[in-house]
Amino acid sequence: MLIDRETRLLVQGITGREGSFHTQQMVEYGTNVVGGVTPGGRGKTVAGAPVFDTVAEAIAETGANASIIYVPARFAPDAIFEAVDNGIPFVVCITEGIPVNDMVPVFAHVKAKGARLLGPNCPGLITPGQAKVGIMPGFIHAPGPVGLVSRSGTLTYEVVDALTRAGLGQTTAVGIGGDPVIGTSFVDALELFQADPATEAIVLIGEIGGTDEEDAARFIQERVTKPTVGFIAGRTAPPGKRMGHAGAIISGGAGTAAEKVAALEAAGVRVAESPFQVPDLLRSAMGR
Amino acid sequence: MDVHEYQAAELLARHGIPTNAGRVATTPDEAAAAARDLGADSGTVAIKAQVHTGGRGKAGGIKLARSPEDAAEQAGAILGMDIRGHTVNRVLVVPGVDIGQEFYLGVVLDRPNRRILVMASAEGGVDIEEVARERPEKIVRRLADPALGFHAYQARELGFALGVPADKVAGFAGVATRLYKTYVAEDASLAEINPLVLTKGGDWLALDAKMSFDDNALFRHPGLEDLRDPAEENATEVEARRGGISFVKLDGTIGCIVNGAGLAMATMDAVKLHGGEPANFLDVGGGASADQVAKAFALVTADPNVRAILINIFGGITRGDVVAQGIRDALGRVEVTVPIVVRLAGTNADEGKRLLAEAGMTAVDTMDEAAAQVVAAAGGQDS
Repeated sequence: MLIDRETRLLVQGITGREGSFHTQQMVEYGTNVVGGVTPGGRGKTVAGAPVFDTVAEAIAETGANASIIYVPARFAPDAIFEAVDNGIPFVVCITEGIPVNDMVPVFAHVKAKGARLLGPNCPGLITPGQAKVGIMPGFIHAPGPVGLVSRSGTLTYEVVDALTRAGLGQTTAVGIGGDPVIGTSFVDALELFQADPATEAIVLIGEIGGTDEEDAARFIQERVTKPTVGFIAGRTAPPGKRMGHAGAIISGGAGTAAEKVAALEAAGVRVAESPFQVPDLLRSAMGR
Repeated sequence: MDVHEYQAAELLARHGIPTNAGRVATTPDEAAAAARDLGADSGTVAIKAQVHTGGRGKAGGIKLARSPEDAAEQAGAILGMDIRGHTVNRVLVVPGVDIGQEFYLGVVLDRPNRRILVMASAEGGVDIEEVARERPEKIVRRLADPALGFHAYQARELGFALGVPADKVAGFAGVATRLYKTYVAEDASLAEINPLVLTKGGDWLALDAKMSFDDNALFRHPGLEDLRDPAEENATEVEARRGGISFVKLDGTIGCIVNGAGLAMATMDAVKLHGGEPANFLDVGGGASADQVAKAFALVTADPNVRAILINIFGGITRGDVVAQGIRDALGRVEVTVPIVVRLAGTNADEGKRLLAEAGMTAVDTMDEAAAQVVAAAGGQDS
């Protein structure tokens, strides 16, 4: 879903430390990285991919149809504009630490252009056995029937690892990111999984802060027919404290784990108390 | 990042919002002098505790004084007071105001809509979260356009919806528009005036101010860094932040060292599930090098309540053998006297476990197992 072995990926910020490292990792996984962009970098290659000065030039020469961004926070919004203004339909932004006020107009612009943004401050996504567009360790994943969506990074790996060990492979694992303003919400991802014929069941991993999980619960109640299992991190998190992720904060008594668990359970989602319970709950929800 | 009321008010004033200018005092004598200068000989002044928390009024942190002597006495009572765990080190002395009507005005991010929201209520001066919960219809809202900003007509709509007298709506709209502009210009995450008052004399005045700022945007506002009050911040959390570690102090006995924020929260939850209480949230960040692990040990062991430490690392790009080496090196540098339980999974976990075994440590396979072990090591369940 969203990406496969045909995806022609462009890497923005490809010559940086993060960009070049992860380009190598993505290529090794089998991702079709067709090129990269670093202003002033034309003529170089990274992991066999040619580097261009601009996204426009890169698209003209490679036919790229997706992009992943590894540029520093203060330049990342510009990189997203450059991608969508040049017609890239799907942009993944890994960058952490982008000011929220910068993301507000970016979000609106991406929407107006009809493009899709994943992130920022996310691990990206992976369609096991086909393509990895992100920073997750590929080897813990396996192809299979489970669609997974999460606001977290390593916690996602934890759950994916448990699923794979239990023989439950994944259609696609999507990390939507831990910031207050993100391009793809739980609801957006759930809509995609519900429509994806290969996805038979869904796992949703949320955390404290905001109301994205509550919105997801409403959407599941109304539109999702596939068995869904959830996990919410932060049951022990105190109010008013930012727990690492900029968006993970209980403010004004809202955004607690208890509220999110209650909303999901009311929508028929089985919510695990611990990540290791997810495979068993999923199996029983799938009737396997 | 949070700031004090007087600092927020100064920022609002700089952006053209009429505020009730006063003076900050750290002693009863200073409060008396400020009160005299602000007219307490013939009228009243308000003495307001300056702390980074709400509920000051209910806690007795805001008092009226009718003379400089009275101001000194009131300030003496407020200074040193503990309000929700915050010690009052300074008070703000402001002139008394003849209040006609009180309103609420606030600017925040509306997360579901991914837009900036301006909201207002005629129920000013009270806890707005309580109003939102119990009488949500009393709050009116307008979303700013992400590209064009907050329009004057939207500000007027808010004023008319609140029943502001027609000849005062332009003044109200001016304050609302400026508050939105302040929020954007300063990269705030909250800008709030509560109450915004219409005085008996017919003027608009921000009687209280609250602002918080986006930590990710502080790099382009070097001046804001000067507004930080170290007394309001947990020294350990500040030290952690400098070292690239996210740390939040909690009240339990199990120290936690984890890579990744989501996993760190899940680890705390697992500790609780097994009957323990986490002593902290700690995300070592990417890499988990010996340096980072050593810093994490130092942070966690500085807490005298910690009776055992749980290290939970899921190796992704971070390799298990590098983390294990980091733990070994760190233990050579920092003395840790409490039991340590290590959970290592993911990339090169087996190699990591071998390295730990050489050093006489055992790593367990699952987070659940690790949580159970660390709770037992800390002396069983907390009562």
